[in-house]
Amino acid sequence: MREMIISELSQAMHEIARGFAHFLPRLLVMLILAVVGWLVAWLVKLVLRIILRLVKFDKLSENAGASQLLTKAALPSATEMLSRFVFWVTWLGFVLLGVSVLGILGLQEQIAAFFLFLPRLFVATFIMVLGLLSASFFSRAALLAAVNANVPSPRLLGLAVRSIIIVFVLSVFFEELGLAEQTMLVAFGIAFGAAMFGLAIAFGMGGRDLARSFLERKFVRSKKEENDEEPSPL
Amino acid sequence: MKLAEDSFLADEFLRQLINVGEVDILVGLATHNNARTIGPIVHAIQDGLLRWFPRERAVIVNADGGSRDGTPQLVTGVSIDDVRAASNLHALRTLHSVSTRYAGSPASGVAMRNVLAAAELLHAKACVMISPESVNIEPQWLSKLLGPISRDGFDLVTPTYRRHKFEGLLITNLVYPMTRALYGLRIREPYSPEFAFSGRLATQFLGQGHWNEGTGDVGVELRLTLAAITGKYRVCQSLLGEKTHVERHAADLVPALRKTVGTLFSSLGADFPVWSAVTASERVPTTGADAEVLLEPLRINRKRMREMFLTGVSELVSVFQSILSPSTFAELQRIASLEEEEFRYPAELWVKTVYEFAASYQKSVISRDHIIQALAPLFRGRVFTFLIENRSSSASDVENNIEDLCLEFERLKPYLLQMWSTRE
Repeated sequence: MREMIISELSQAMHEIARGFAHFLPRLLVMLILAVVGWLVAWLVKLVLRIILRLVKFDKLSENAGASQLLTKAALPSATEMLSRFVFWVTWLGFVLLGVSVLGILGLQEQIAAFFLFLPRLFVATFIMVLGLLSASFFSRAALLAAVNANVPSPRLLGLAVRSIIIVFVLSVFFEELGLAEQTMLVAFGIAFGAAMFGLAIAFGMGGRDLARSFLERKFVRSKKEENDEEPSPL
Repeated sequence: MKLAEDSFLADEFLRQLINVGEVDILVGLATHNNARTIGPIVHAIQDGLLRWFPRERAVIVNADGGSRDGTPQLVTGVSIDDVRAASNLHALRTLHSVSTRYAGSPASGVAMRNVLAAAELLHAKACVMISPESVNIEPQWLSKLLGPISRDGFDLVTPTYRRHKFEGLLITNLVYPMTRALYGLRIREPYSPEFAFSGRLATQFLGQGHWNEGTGDVGVELRLTLAAITGKYRVCQSLLGEKTHVERHAADLVPALRKTVGTLFSSLGADFPVWSAVTASERVPTTGADAEVLLEPLRINRKRMREMFLTGVSELVSVFQSILSPSTFAELQRIASLEEEEFRYPAELWVKTVYEFAASYQKSVISRDHIIQALAPLFRGRVFTFLIENRSSSASDVENNIEDLCLEFERLKPYLLQMWSTRE
């Protein structure tokens, strides 16, 4: 009996030792991957930061209105934010690669899903940056056109253009990420519909006089009167 | 005959040009739906050629942007016999008229490129561009523009006009003074629809690389003037007479800014080695007066111009913060807060504004087209001040005020150089 217990115990000890012997090299590989990953991520961050500074990404971000949002939220500059984001994604990728080496059941699928998600994350981020830049460009274009055409409330027009583009970009961003697609779709539909309905009522009820004066100014005033207002620039 | 630029000239146009053969004088007409005005203009051109250049081989080249009112047919169909009969003049050579419809949308740059290519192909010694809207053209214009080239060996003849003191304010308040201060030549009309140039300048300008850069279609007239200055070609001016407008459009300001100021700003980068070395301006030989000023009353809505300036300053804060220095923008906000009677946009502030816009354009702090558009409300503020200051001025007073503004542009040129090198 005693011998049997000792034999079982030593067998268990052997299995634990074998398990450790089997696991320890993998753990070591994971740790090496984590350290190498940190170094690679740090290098990528450094290079990216230099490139972004060279292409004046902060200026672009400022023009797109993203810098103002970051400042209000007490966050670092857009260059720093994007560099850090790429650093963490890269390092996390290496760490997860290391974890997958451990061969823990159940984690493999999650890790594979993460790597499949990465391209979508990058595309969504790209869409967001491009969308913010477009929103800034078109809202400024609308603002300038409205000021030079002497249209009432030009800033409101610019803001409306920016808001519509940002709402649209956000909906595409979440759709690309696959986050709460149905909820986002419904929310977008409701918000957009409500905004348009509200604008229709506002213009219809409150803007009758404004619309009349605008149309009169646009079409009723004689060409001669219009031309008399400003001498030829050339 | 050298088949220059045959890649973009239409085959039919090439055939017409080959039939014409070599010429001494080429008259360019860039048209688009000008049937209302083109007939008398072609008559005046033919009259001028018969009267002043009867021994020269001449051709009228019409580059049309797709007119739907029969403009090209009117150009090529105007009979020279009518002119001969009316003026009892006889040419010793055949006067040709050819027309081409260039591809794409109407653009003076594309039309000009066709004319330049035709000039090079036909070995024209002297070329003149005439606006299809110059309803008050006189036959003498041909002599005044082409004479200095064929007779005196000049390469570019720009016009001066007799016009109202409040017309052409973009030229007198920005384009002329800034071109003069930067490039060092006092060319009164650096951007004009009428001008003449030599065949060698045409060839050199045609060979420049800006045609395919997307900017070559706009402001090509000013670009030619700047090319003549930077290429050290011989430039002179000639007083043509009164300049009239077929129609005046207030809404034309932004396109006018694009054609003139946009072209000037975009040229500054490549021309930096030339203009940064210029320290003073000099007169150019001029036939007739530099410019003549008319004083009859003109109905202008000054109040609206000031209102548009105020709207611009209050609504475009974020745009101006990107373009202007804090001190200049603060000064603009200060004058915007003044009552109408006290409102003045002083020359020094205006020059600093323009120079900061030029530096920001070079650095592309925002979209370059947006920078040009943002100048429109500020220009209206400056125009308001010009109108007030010259309300009851005599012709000489107006000229003196323009001269003072030019000197201010020259005095503050170091400020532009400083902004150019330091502005982030």
